[in-house]
Amino acid sequence: MSSIGTGYDLYTTSYSPDGRVFQVEYAGKAVESSGTAVGVRCKDGVVLGFEKLVISKMLVEGSSRRLLTVDDHVGMAVSGLLADGRQLVNRARDEAASYKEFYGEPIPGKVLAERVAGFVHAYTMYWSVRPFGASVLIGGVDKDGPFLWMIEPSGLTYNYFGCAIGKGKQPAKVEMEKIKLNETTCREVLKEVARIIHSVHDDVKDKDFELELSWICEESGWKHKMVPKELAQQAEEEAKKALEEDMDDE
Amino acid sequence: MKTKPVAEPSTRTQQPIVTGTGVLGIKYNGGVMLACDTLGSYGSLARFRTVKRLEKVGDFTVVGASGDLSDFQKISSMLREMSTSDSAYDDGCNMTPRDIHQYLGRVMYNRRNKFDPLWNELVVAGFRDGKPFLGAVDLIGTMYEDDIIATSFGNYVCLPLMRKAGTNLSKEEAKQVMENCLRVLYYRNTKSSTKIQIATVSAEGVEIGEPFEISTYWGYSAFQHTEYHGKRL
Repeated sequence: MSSIGTGYDLYTTSYSPDGRVFQVEYAGKAVESSGTAVGVRCKDGVVLGFEKLVISKMLVEGSSRRLLTVDDHVGMAVSGLLADGRQLVNRARDEAASYKEFYGEPIPGKVLAERVAGFVHAYTMYWSVRPFGASVLIGGVDKDGPFLWMIEPSGLTYNYFGCAIGKGKQPAKVEMEKIKLNETTCREVLKEVARIIHSVHDDVKDKDFELELSWICEESGWKHKMVPKELAQQAEEEAKKALEEDMDDE
Repeated sequence: MKTKPVAEPSTRTQQPIVTGTGVLGIKYNGGVMLACDTLGSYGSLARFRTVKRLEKVGDFTVVGASGDLSDFQKISSMLREMSTSDSAYDDGCNMTPRDIHQYLGRVMYNRRNKFDPLWNELVVAGFRDGKPFLGAVDLIGTMYEDDIIATSFGNYVCLPLMRKAGTNLSKEEAKQVMENCLRVLYYRNTKSSTKIQIATVSAEGVEIGEPFEISTYWGYSAFQHTEYHGKRL
């Protein structure tokens, strides 16, 4: 650990001798210790899921939402520090509203992602501010069809078919690669997302979790909505069953 | 010595340009109905024939407007933005028709205090928790609720007809009353047209119909014998 810091990690405004910006990397660590967010872009829409770790049994169910609505046609999943992520959601809402006011049509996914990414990036360039300790998935449907973007604390943004961020992102990505995303529907992908999140959840190390599922597709009226309770429960049960069968096979 | 001329106050935004005329609202058994024509007048010129003046706001409310149509478009975009953020919060708490009526009242009153009013008379119709709502707001911020509401010329021509019809009506009867009122309005008001639109709000939600033509009758003999016009027979 002696190499960490050594004076080059106090601000985002100085590089280390080998060209790294440590504060931004630390912000990335804040995301890697958070619950997993999964986003899937399929042929008829987008599904978002989040493994919301419940910090206390006394919390009211449904509090500290991680899947939030930005505009009618856009949803966002926040992994990392929720308070930081909410700031990004608020910014995204403002951008979406101002785009609609200015151009008279809903904001395209690419424009929204790039604008929010620009905002995130600005917080890596001044010593007086701290980078966002959150990564976000931006999913929705615009006039070109479904889209899914991810933004990192560095301000980089990527366009994905399937993406995971947070603690379980590696195994989640491996699982996602097995799904033929171009051929599946939101309905089918729902239980896959539930299964992936259940499979990456570490029962031993982690506390209980609440599964959040949202989608945007024809069934939700092309609006970003939380998946109806019965459907979400059904997806979760099917996911658990599938996982148990896997366990039996081994 | 020359004195500087005193600057006149700006009057640029103090008259309407493209206008719509009367909006009618009536409560019936199980809902509320709004009706108006679709004409956008440029002064006395019938400039735009199909302008929709009924706007859905949220899931339970319709707002109809007479007066300046560009001001109404501004109001509509404000309401749309507000209902988008209302649903984005997803907190199970949505704006009621009464909230929207109150909000519009504040907006209109605020603008009139800046001597820059939004030149409209608005009618808010809604249905929520089994209860109908019908309210009006005008360009100086006056607000009221009633079982029947008519704006602009409809105030003089249609209100008596609507009072006579009462509110113990089926949806179909209410529609007949609205059509008849707008027909009478058309006969008397040079700034109205026969292309009309009807919206209903009930427990089933908001339904804004497409514009359609209403019939007129000009076959009375007095209309054909123009030589009698203005003369006592």
